[in-house]
Amino acid sequence: MRLRNRRSPRMAESPLAIYQAHLDKGELAYQWSPEAGRAVFYPRLVCPYSGSTVLEWRIASGRGTVYATTVTHPQQGAPYNVALIDCDEGFRLMSRVEDIDPMAVRIGMRVKFRVHSAEGDEPAYPVFVPAEGRQ
Amino acid sequence: VTGLKRGGAAVVGAAESDLGHVAEGMNVIDLMAQGIARAADDAGLKLRDIDGLICATAQSRTSGLSLSEYLGISPRYIDTTILGGSSFMFHVAHAVAALQLGLCDIAAIAYGSTQRSVGRRQASVREVNPYETPYRPFLPSTAYALAASRHMHEFGTTREQLAAVAVAARQWALLNPVAWEKKPLTIEEVLSARMVSYPFTVRDICLVTDGGGAIILTTPERAKDLKKPPIYVLGCGQAITHANISSMPELTVTGALESGKQAYAMARLKPSDIDVVEVYDAFTINTILFLEDLGFCPKGEGGHFVEGGRVAPGGALPVNTNGGGLSYCHPGMYGLFLLIEAVRQLRGECGARQVPNAKTAVAHGNGGVLSSQSTVILGTAATV
Repeated sequence: MRLRNRRSPRMAESPLAIYQAHLDKGELAYQWSPEAGRAVFYPRLVCPYSGSTVLEWRIASGRGTVYATTVTHPQQGAPYNVALIDCDEGFRLMSRVEDIDPMAVRIGMRVKFRVHSAEGDEPAYPVFVPAEGRQ
Repeated sequence: VTGLKRGGAAVVGAAESDLGHVAEGMNVIDLMAQGIARAADDAGLKLRDIDGLICATAQSRTSGLSLSEYLGISPRYIDTTILGGSSFMFHVAHAVAALQLGLCDIAAIAYGSTQRSVGRRQASVREVNPYETPYRPFLPSTAYALAASRHMHEFGTTREQLAAVAVAARQWALLNPVAWEKKPLTIEEVLSARMVSYPFTVRDICLVTDGGGAIILTTPERAKDLKKPPIYVLGCGQAITHANISSMPELTVTGALESGKQAYAMARLKPSDIDVVEVYDAFTINTILFLEDLGFCPKGEGGHFVEGGRVAPGGALPVNTNGGGLSYCHPGMYGLFLLIEAVRQLRGECGARQVPNAKTAVAHGNGGVLSSQSTVILGTAATV
């Protein structure tokens, strides 16, 4: 028993599991580093800007801007968009802009988050659609 | 890199293994060993002289063990750093350090790949990234295409300018007897080829070949009485900025800015002092990014810079004189071939593609998705 007590505390949930649980509730979660004073993405155990292990979970507004975009052409099947999205909270992620011709996705375009629901073995993941009007 | 001595080591042997599509049943250790044997012969050294072994391949988890066993050597110094295609430029810096410290006297740097023979999926198993894999990026092409999209957006770079890089590489390849591609290429043909990841067609993207090779380095003292004129390591630099493209700080500025700065400082040279430029052209955007970040033209002007044959044979700046990863050979981790070509240009061994009176060369490696950058500046005895 003594040996066991000497172990450092074990994390109950991985950063990925927490992120994924939020997605299942329709939320795009990210981390906030109080020491660095900035958003952290992808979720992790150590802040890459400060080295701190204190990271708070926050829910993003889901609003963002296309930072970079491409259309990938698979050997079979329809071409699809792959984009990097700068979220308003100051973090960037890879995603896909849907509900629009993939070639019509433009850098600087305002987009908003929606969940691509889990299918079979594939967990839910965030995608984006063009935001209505100007924001 | 602080602590490394300018001219503290010299490349004395350089050779490719078999390239293109190798014989059935050949494996990566065969190709590494063949490269080392040829490079040792090039240097006038025996296999037994090698006491430093440095190698990288995507297809063997413990290639340092397999290669030592295969060659029947027990190296005093061994290093299997793997950071993608730029690994071999990192290896050069490590070899210089090891030679300077006396950890070894003769260091071989080797590479092998059979990705064409076994298929890319077999050769390089993709790691699952829960934050990227769901979007089915066709890696690495999609990542570099994202960088190209940003360059086009910020600087007005055009698909025709990207294509000019591929055309120049092809023109050089036609002067290289061992290049994979043998037919001329036009800008129109690049633009109208099969689209892979916009703005890249298949002609904006490097070849998928087998291949390998080796270079051998030693101390300046030992280098003097070997078979070929020594080519000195004048400068080294390195920078790692990210692993995945979604974490790259700024898609139009690569770590080559930093690695180049370090290498020029160590070499006490500036871009205008460089006679031959060998940069890692896995994609057409790479050549543009690295010409900018290594100071051959201002940021944003790379697209304009490569137009009109400026980097083609007969142009103002000789770039990727072997035909590059785009038209000569690209087995997946291409960096070693940039070093081999730079050494051959400085020795004056390049025949129809020889750059006259080349005394200095830069060999710039890129790894991952613009992730690891490493620059090596080489020079002839006259530059030391």
